[in-house]
Amino acid sequence: MTEAPALPKLAVWKFASCDGCQLTLLNCEDELLTIVGAVNIAYFPEATRAVVAGPYDVSLVEGSITTPEDAERIHEIRSMSRSLVTIGACATAGGIQALRNFGSVAEFRSIVYAHPEYLSTLDRSTPISAHVNVDFELRGCPVDKIQLLEVLASALQSRNPRIPTYSVCVECKRRGNICVTVANGTPCLGPVTQAGCGALCPSFARGCYGCFGPQDSPNMAGFTERLRGLGMSDEDAVRIYRTFNADAEAFRAESERISPSKEDAAR
Amino acid sequence: MTDDTRVLGLAGLQALIDALGLRGYTVIGPTVRDGAIVNAPISSLDDLPRGIGDEQDAAHYRLRDRGDEALFGFAAGAQSAKPVLFPSDELLWRSRRTADVTVIDREVEPPPGPPYALIGVRSCDLRAILMHDQILLERTAADVHYAARRAESFVVAVACTDPAGTCFCVSMDTGPSPRGGYDLALTELYADGEHRFVVAVGTDRGAEVLAEVAATTATADDVAVAERVITEASGRMGRALQTDGLKYLLYANVESPHWDDVASRCLACTNCTLVCPTCFCTSVEDVTDLTGVNAERHRVWDSCFSEEFSYIHGGSVRESTRSRYRQWITHKLAAWEDQFGSFGCVGCGRCITWCPAGIDITVEAAALRGTPRKTSQRS
Ligand code: SF4
Ligand code: SF4
Repeated sequence: MTEAPALPKLAVWKFASCDGCQLTLLNCEDELLTIVGAVNIAYFPEATRAVVAGPYDVSLVEGSITTPEDAERIHEIRSMSRSLVTIGACATAGGIQALRNFGSVAEFRSIVYAHPEYLSTLDRSTPISAHVNVDFELRGCPVDKIQLLEVLASALQSRNPRIPTYSVCVECKRRGNICVTVANGTPCLGPVTQAGCGALCPSFARGCYGCFGPQDSPNMAGFTERLRGLGMSDEDAVRIYRTFNADAEAFRAESERISPSKEDAAR
Repeated sequence: MTDDTRVLGLAGLQALIDALGLRGYTVIGPTVRDGAIVNAPISSLDDLPRGIGDEQDAAHYRLRDRGDEALFGFAAGAQSAKPVLFPSDELLWRSRRTADVTVIDREVEPPPGPPYALIGVRSCDLRAILMHDQILLERTAADVHYAARRAESFVVAVACTDPAGTCFCVSMDTGPSPRGGYDLALTELYADGEHRFVVAVGTDRGAEVLAEVAATTATADDVAVAERVITEASGRMGRALQTDGLKYLLYANVESPHWDDVASRCLACTNCTLVCPTCFCTSVEDVTDLTGVNAERHRVWDSCFSEEFSYIHGGSVRESTRSRYRQWITHKLAAWEDQFGSFGCVGCGRCITWCPAGIDITVEAAALRGTPRKTSQRS
């Protein structure tokens, strides 16, 4: 008997994050057996204690860089990985913790912690791509299961992943959803947000929260005009731009452009 | 309307739905869902939006209580028949790799569902279906899935008696009363006397089905009232589009500064194209599973407002929103005529209503007429 070819080695890494994206991988219940049959899960502390040493064929990286140690660790991981794919809003845009980028970390620290001197943290939360080369960035807070499987499949088959960058509206219309803005006056970030979730919130008659970050051609100023037309204050508009993808370029720039706060304007 | 114009009462309309069901059709008609008129399978008159009207304007859609019993007292719904006949995601084929050979399974080819009977198709939307027939069936390689669905579908059109604020079928010469392309066409009369439907027969198949339900011959009075409500509806269009010289107007405005103005408002969200009954652009998506053994090819709706849609080797042809809007409206109102011999717009108003930015094709076209033309520029 000939030996079966060695399976590609998969590693899953965590930085500053909530673990939700890794959980998405564990939530692939129907596909888990296929995944285990297709890859060797070499490093995935959230799922197994067994550790196979690197190098790894595919590294999935969750979380943003927020500490000096992490800023070094990511370089080690890069050097051990043939393909490095970031998963989720934290790893791709700095996550909700990038709200610190709009304020003063020293101030937050002194308010929240009794002994802030024990903390070692960076002033900014940054995406993985700010530190190392990234082969693909998968958006979402959390990532979408079907998209994650597509990215894994494409990495294993050495092809480009088929991840569209158009707006959430495409998914709404393909699903037959009724536009919550037009038919109900509900503010919805769908027109400026990248598809990927399958238009989850609008499918339940709620506006989109922008979990997948800006679409490829976001007209932010035009969109802000529409929010104003729906009666939203600029203060509230800044708030909805600054959530899970607060520091994604298009959302950040628009939130700063319209922010009534002086601190932001000076930034 | 001719001598074989018939009349159906409410019980007769129910009998028509039943007769179509008995013939094996999945009967699709207007229903209310999530605050809008949505096509869905129906089996009874109770499924129809009784007494419901609509209020449509740029980026604005609301249902309203009409205070009467009309079953078709609204204008264009959220979608036309497009999602039924030309679905947003069509599986074209599957393939499976075995040890020594790859098997392509085309068994997924038509018919992918039961034949459809479409009830309540508006005149504008019917005209759009006829355009799709021309575009998808007369080209070198016909769309087999569309062909199968279309050949078997039964169309019961309904004249619009209460057009909405975004309707302009009169400008496009496509309505409000259907002129051919239907099996049966209804005009609903509810304001005078008995609630009834004047029925015009379009095909032998339509006549056959109608013979199975208790339709009586229309009186001269029925016919006159039907004609009157349609004439009145024609006078109540919410929008108008001046069509003379439109093609040349658009071609002459390739470099108009007005495109920048539209682009400052347009969100490049694609909604206008995805609600348009005539837009037919799609892309092909290949999907594999993790093992790489199974693959599928799908045809999915796409849009000229998406950057990836015009992606070719080296980049996207239409990177700016300015160029995407220009492409869209120029195709609709000019190039379509060179390609297919008519405007690509039937005046249903959906792109106006469902544009979250409230961009209005009639307003933009009118603005171009007012734009001073530059004569010596090339694109
Ligand atoms: S271009 Fe607009 S008004 Fe014309 S058919 Fe399409 S959606 Fe209807
Ligand atoms: S015209 Fe309106 S619906 Fe169409 S892409 Fe622009 S903003 Fe979206």
